[in-house]
Parts: sequence; structure tokens; C-alpha cells
Amino acid sequence: MKKYTEDHEWVLLEGSLAIIGITSYAAKELGDITFVEVPTVDNEAIIGEVLTVVESVKAATDVLTPINGTIIEVNEELEDNPQLVNESPEEDGWICKIEIDDASALDALMTEDEYNTYIKNL
Amino acid sequence: MNIKSGNDLIMKNLKSTPLNAKHVLLGAKMVPFGGWDMPVQYSEGILAEHHHTRKHVSLFDTCHMGEFIIKGPSAAADLDWIFPRAVANQKVGTARYNFLLSDHGTVLDDLLIYRMDEEEFLIVINAGTIDNDATRLRSLLSESTELIDESPVTGKLDLQGPLSADILEKLGFKKSELPKNYKWIKTSINGIPTLLSRTGYTGELGFEFYVSADKVNELWDILTAFSEVKPAGLGARDTLRLEAGFPLYGNEMDEKTTPVEAGFSPMIGLEKHTNFIAENILKDPSKVTKILTPIVLEGRRAARHGNAVSLMDGREIGIVTSGMFSPLLEKAIALAYIRSEHKLQVDDEVLLKVGTKTLPGRVVTAPFYKDGTVRMKI
Repeated sequence: MKKYTEDHEWVLLEGSLAIIGITSYAAKELGDITFVEVPTVDNEAIIGEVLTVVESVKAATDVLTPINGTIIEVNEELEDNPQLVNESPEEDGWICKIEIDDASALDALMTEDEYNTYIKNL
Repeated sequence: MNIKSGNDLIMKNLKSTPLNAKHVLLGAKMVPFGGWDMPVQYSEGILAEHHHTRKHVSLFDTCHMGEFIIKGPSAAADLDWIFPRAVANQKVGTARYNFLLSDHGTVLDDLLIYRMDEEEFLIVINAGTIDNDATRLRSLLSESTELIDESPVTGKLDLQGPLSADILEKLGFKKSELPKNYKWIKTSINGIPTLLSRTGYTGELGFEFYVSADKVNELWDILTAFSEVKPAGLGARDTLRLEAGFPLYGNEMDEKTTPVEAGFSPMIGLEKHTNFIAENILKDPSKVTKILTPIVLEGRRAARHGNAVSLMDGREIGIVTSGMFSPLLEKAIALAYIRSEHKLQVDDEVLLKVGTKTLPGRVVTAPFYKDGTVRMKI
């Protein structure tokens, strides 16, 4: 089940891997995405630190790491085709997969319903 | 990530153009610009609007811009002295790009001057500088020269793209009747009196329409009735002008910059024009402290306003004034002021400091996008 952060990232657990991306809401707010700095495999993922930079026409925005772990896989398609994030932010536009130590860290994140309520009140 | 919600912008005394309701109905994302509530993009997004303008034709609401009528027996002489580019010899029926200067030769605004008649001129200026420009001009014009601010009663639309002449043809114009580059005609479109000029800010073939403000909604509907014409907002207006190498007042020009530093001496015929404000400063090469330089970056990641430019050894030599991803080049592009002691040549390599990253770039000539249709024969 997908979980969501207040910073508009989604996290989907697949075994011990957490797949990370930005939400549909965030992609829409940012507008056309022109560049994604794909994270580096084997780098440590530290919660709260900058995971990647996503650039739209008008601005660069930091995506923060939602969970601790190690980056195992990155979506290299985003290097030449960052618009994938606009086209499919919560599926094909995934950013990276993190091997996590502690799956219970996801408990603190929002469910889809909680996130939808959260964005309505922004 | 930190993203602003588009719906909670507090509209503090923002002005609206007559087309405001239409933009909202079309699903535009509205933002404040120069004191106005303007569409930055419509539902398809900035990149789609940009490509549509370069391939087909787009319509921009530019009603927020200002229009002054300057008239009187001394108008031509006054303006010839006030502006660095000659006005006295400008022919009726033409438009010229020009600069309103401070006494120090720095730029207060960039603008177009249309010669309407022997003793009458139309000056078209940026939205955010209307009041300052009026004050400045009124302080310089002679007693007998009138300045009438027609901004509140004037509507302006920009139709830009290779198909723009075809749209006018569909409206009943013969292509041979249309004004040539930087010329204008007074005409009527479906009964609406229109000043039509072949001018624009995109690098594509295009026209600007000036009508009475109470007719601009009707004109918008007439033009957008054609399926080829799509609305485009300020976001695309900025990406298009930068790709075309055009300066934006506030970025490439401001009160700390002369038009010479921005690279416009040849275009404004500075050497031939005499007897104008700050002539000695503008004609003094030692006063040129920086040179506006176009740079293409290697990748998609953009350098932006305020980023530092350095030589390959790390020595800082300048600063970016505008930068973004170029949809046609599929790389980032930038304009930067490089201090004039560093005489950079085309193909010289530089580094741009973007946050913690250092990005390689290369000096090029403007325009960045070289296939613009602005001069095409119609």
C-alpha cells in the first residue's frame, strides 16, 4: 500500500525495497519537468536530506528522502525523459528504490486518504 | 518538497486585464506579474505552448502593457533628444525598439516607438514601469508636447507563430497587404478598429493587435475561433523570448545597465545619433563594465538568475541574468553579464555555479534557436 509524506513524496513497499516518487499533486503544481537529478546507486538515503532535485521550467525543487536506507536502483529513463514524471508520476515516473532496514518507518507516513485530505487543506 | 499551492495566492490589489475571466475559464494558472493577475500557463502547460508557438500559432494576452500617445509640434525633437536611438528620422508607419534612459544612461525601460504621424507617436512599454515611465517622460518633454496615457483604454494581443499570417488571411487580409517587419497599418477586423503591427517577442513570425479595451474580448474570440490558434501564457512568453535571445527588462536590463552593455549599440545606430541624454556616457567605451553573453549548457539542468559564471580555473567572471531549459535545443541556455576585462569568444568554455553543482557551458551567439520564422516572407 502506498504511503505519502507531507512533502509530497510517495513510498511503496515491495519486499525490502521502498519505491519512491513524487505525487501527482506535486507534479501538477510544478508544471512541466525539464530535469531530474537521478540519485546515485549505493548512496545512503538519510531521512530528511535532499534525495534529488527536480527542475520545472520556472524553478528547481528539492525532493527530500522520506525514509532511511541504501539506494539500490534508480530510474535512468528520467535522465533523457524527465517528462515521464508529469506523464506518470506515481507509476512509470518513479525516481529510485531504497533498501530499507526498518519497514515500520512507513507507519508514520500518511495513507492515500490522509494525504488527499491533507492536500485539500493546503 | 516545497511547492506553493496555486490556489492560496492572496490577490493584493492586483490589476486584471479585460480577459481575466476568460483565462480562468480556460483553466489558466494565474500569477502576479508587474502588479497584474496574469496567466502563466493554460491547461496543456508551458512546454506545449512553447512548441505550439514555434510550429503553429499562439495568442497572448498582453493588455497589461502600457501605451502612451506623445504629440505636439516638438514631439519628434523631444523624443529624438530623450531616446538613444533616433526618432526624428523615423518614418510614419514604422516601429522602432528603443530605451528610456536615466541621466546616467542606464535603462529605465525598453519599449517600442511607433510613428503615427509627423507630430504623433505611440510608445508601448512594460506593464510594471508604466507610472515611472510617465513621470520620467513628463519631466523631459517640452511644454507644448502632450503625453496621454492610453493604457487603461487599450487592449493588446500578440499573435505569434509561423501560421499567424495565414490566420490573418482567413480573416480577409491579402498577405501582400499585411505590414512588413517592424511596420504597422491601421485597419479593421470584423468591424473593430485595429492598429496592426508586425512585431513580437518570440522570434517567430507574428503580429501585435492594439484595439479599444472594450473590444479586446471580441477580438480574442475572433482569433481563437480558429482551431490552429491556442492561448499561451507568460511562462511560454519567457521561454520563447530567451530562446530567441531577447532581453527582459528587470533581468538583462535595469537601472545598473546601459543598452551598450546589453549589446544594442549597433541596432540603435548609437554612433550616428547625436545630441541625446547621456550621449557622452553611452559613447565612452571605458564605461562598458560588462558584456551580455549567451551561453549554452551541456545538460538539461538550468542555471538561473543570480548564478555565478567562472572561468575553467574557477575565477568568477560574471553572473547569470536569465537561464532556463530550452525546449527546442533540449539543453539549458543562459544570458550572463561577463565583466568586460574578460574578452570571451564564441566557443569559449565557462563554468556555471548552480547551488552546490558546477555545470559546464559554452559561449555562443544569439539567438539560441536559429530557425525562428520572424523574418519569413509572407
